[in-house]
Amino acid sequence: MGKNLTMLQAITEALDQMLGHDDRVMILGEDIGVNGGVFRSTEGLYEKYGKDRVVDTPLAESGIIGSAIGLALNGMLPIVEIQFLAFIYPGFEQLVSHAARMRYRTRGQFGVPLVIRTPYGAGIRGPELHSESVETFFAHTPGLKVVAPSNPYDAKGLLISALEDPDPVIFLEPTKLYRAFKEEVPDEMYRIPIGQAKVVQEGSDLTIFAWGAMLREALNAAKKIEAEKGWQCEVVDLRTLYPLDRDTIVQSIKKTGRALIVHEAHKTAGLGAEIISIINDEALIYLKAPIKRVTGFDVPVPPFTIEDHYLPTVDRVKQGIVETISF
Amino acid sequence: MEKTGNPIMKAHSGGTEPEMFRVLTPEGEIIETIDGKIDKSLMLKMYESMLLLRTFDRKSINLQRQGRIGTYAPFEGQEASQVGSALALSAGDWMFPTYRDHGAAIIHGQELYRVFLYWMAHFDGSICPEGKRIMPPSVPIATQMVHAVGTAWASKLKGEQNVSIAYFGDGATSEGDFHEALNFAGVYKTPTIFFCQNNGYAISVPFEKQSASKTISQRAAAYDIHGVRVDGNDIFAVWLTVKEAVERALKGEGPTLIEAITFRYGAHTTADNPNIYRDQDEISTFWRENRDPITRLRKYLNKEGHWNEEQEELVIKQFNELIDAHLQRAEGHPKSDPLEMFNHVYAKESWHLKEQKQELNQILRKGGKK
Repeated sequence: MGKNLTMLQAITEALDQMLGHDDRVMILGEDIGVNGGVFRSTEGLYEKYGKDRVVDTPLAESGIIGSAIGLALNGMLPIVEIQFLAFIYPGFEQLVSHAARMRYRTRGQFGVPLVIRTPYGAGIRGPELHSESVETFFAHTPGLKVVAPSNPYDAKGLLISALEDPDPVIFLEPTKLYRAFKEEVPDEMYRIPIGQAKVVQEGSDLTIFAWGAMLREALNAAKKIEAEKGWQCEVVDLRTLYPLDRDTIVQSIKKTGRALIVHEAHKTAGLGAEIISIINDEALIYLKAPIKRVTGFDVPVPPFTIEDHYLPTVDRVKQGIVETISF
Repeated sequence: MEKTGNPIMKAHSGGTEPEMFRVLTPEGEIIETIDGKIDKSLMLKMYESMLLLRTFDRKSINLQRQGRIGTYAPFEGQEASQVGSALALSAGDWMFPTYRDHGAAIIHGQELYRVFLYWMAHFDGSICPEGKRIMPPSVPIATQMVHAVGTAWASKLKGEQNVSIAYFGDGATSEGDFHEALNFAGVYKTPTIFFCQNNGYAISVPFEKQSASKTISQRAAAYDIHGVRVDGNDIFAVWLTVKEAVERALKGEGPTLIEAITFRYGAHTTADNPNIYRDQDEISTFWRENRDPITRLRKYLNKEGHWNEEQEELVIKQFNELIDAHLQRAEGHPKSDPLEMFNHVYAKESWHLKEQKQELNQILRKGGKK
């Protein structure tokens, strides 16, 4: 049994089920209680579970993440919502200096089972600093795990896995996809394993690696190219950004021999570089062409009047496919 | 060069000394009633604990000079604050020390050899005994204060009768996390004790340059929580203050901010030279002669006939033996295996760490250095 849900509804359902399933689960954040969250992802939960479990916190990201670390140390299972990814910076020190390192420093004696959920990415016509895509900061931090779903089904399954993970997980929710489409989501509490990518579409001529909102652009470009040129692209949704699923990446390259990486994060030191490096290490001899990246530019995400020009578009992705295949 | 020369510790309070709670004067007189709350055996425990820590601290500085431990952060002069606060806790209470609070950690149950291991830069130096809740020393400033709010919050939600204590210095009160911790603790009325050892300096910057507020304890008012300023070199006053804070917390009356006025005689760390920024000898001599926490309790105990020279000699000899035994244990601890760096990054090792571990292992085997 299942229901047709948006990604937001799937996330709300996961949160609801986890709160109902385990008394140790708490949700903390700004405006997440009475207001139900600025995107309404916690709608109805405050009324259902009360102020001690769905907590409207003071406006203080370091305080939220830091106290959630303490809650996790002392047996609770906190899920933190940071209103927008770029608002996480005041809490960054808590994440990298403490959440990520507590298990290491105490040689496994104390862990921090903590989930940080946050909307990220452009394409929603947001004000300044509401559209960043800085997953690299977290993927560069040993001790953290970074997850980014691209559809309602994965969002629910990955969020439940994130909460059950004994280590801190940064859960990046592509804002643009919150209400973009619906799909069938099972009623039960199912899990999608963290650390596993998914081949969303099989193909033989080139592999497109993408995640989050960019997966839609990748699929659309692949469809158009097939119609126009008859080329068949394989599309891989990475789903977990740290640690990456190397095996799926390498297997796909062995099959197609060509790769295109699409991400909306800035190009320099973006995860695309890491994926290229993995392919160089593991599958260089299978390559028929240099690996290309279609990414956001190395500029601050610009105002929404021109953000579409910052983001990879279907046309830019198509161009990347053409250049790679006709190399 | 500008130095803060006033030995009365201008650095603490911008030149004046606002009132603080004091029970035992530097001359060893009790000036406040202690209502039988501190009996003879507790007094002796306090005194001996301070002696133990001072012996340990001096030994550690020597060990650093000999190259047997790494850079070390001394606390001599602050024994009353660390011992008095730690003795007021129960075994299951959460403790969040900084790198200068291993004294408090030892009194709360951390094993001496582990503290040596920490300063020897050994992975195992941050592990606390089974069942204890002593967190690794916090190196970033003030960040651990919010954790103490979180653990206390969980204790409250779970109905457990435990408090959480966060240690920090005067410099930490300029950090945002100081504010966020006090604010959260006030909002959720968590059983948290914020214990500031105001020793007058954040490395080289005196408190008068750190903050325009005269005291740290007065800031409690801004969060509508309880605040106390106490003579941090008076162990009776410290113990009574923390004990009261524990009782308030367990009764559901929320957090307390305690400012203990104290001074460390030595440098910030063994890598620091305080003569550059203060008249080190003059200030240290003043505090040692006029405010020392151990001397004043000894004066009182001597007068009451609870303590004498012979006992002192015997106990110090025993402590030296104990500390040497722990040092031996620490020096005999297996050397850190380089491959240990890959352990405990995650609960379950992922592929990239497994491979990198293997890579280092091969290098070590080839080089024969493992």
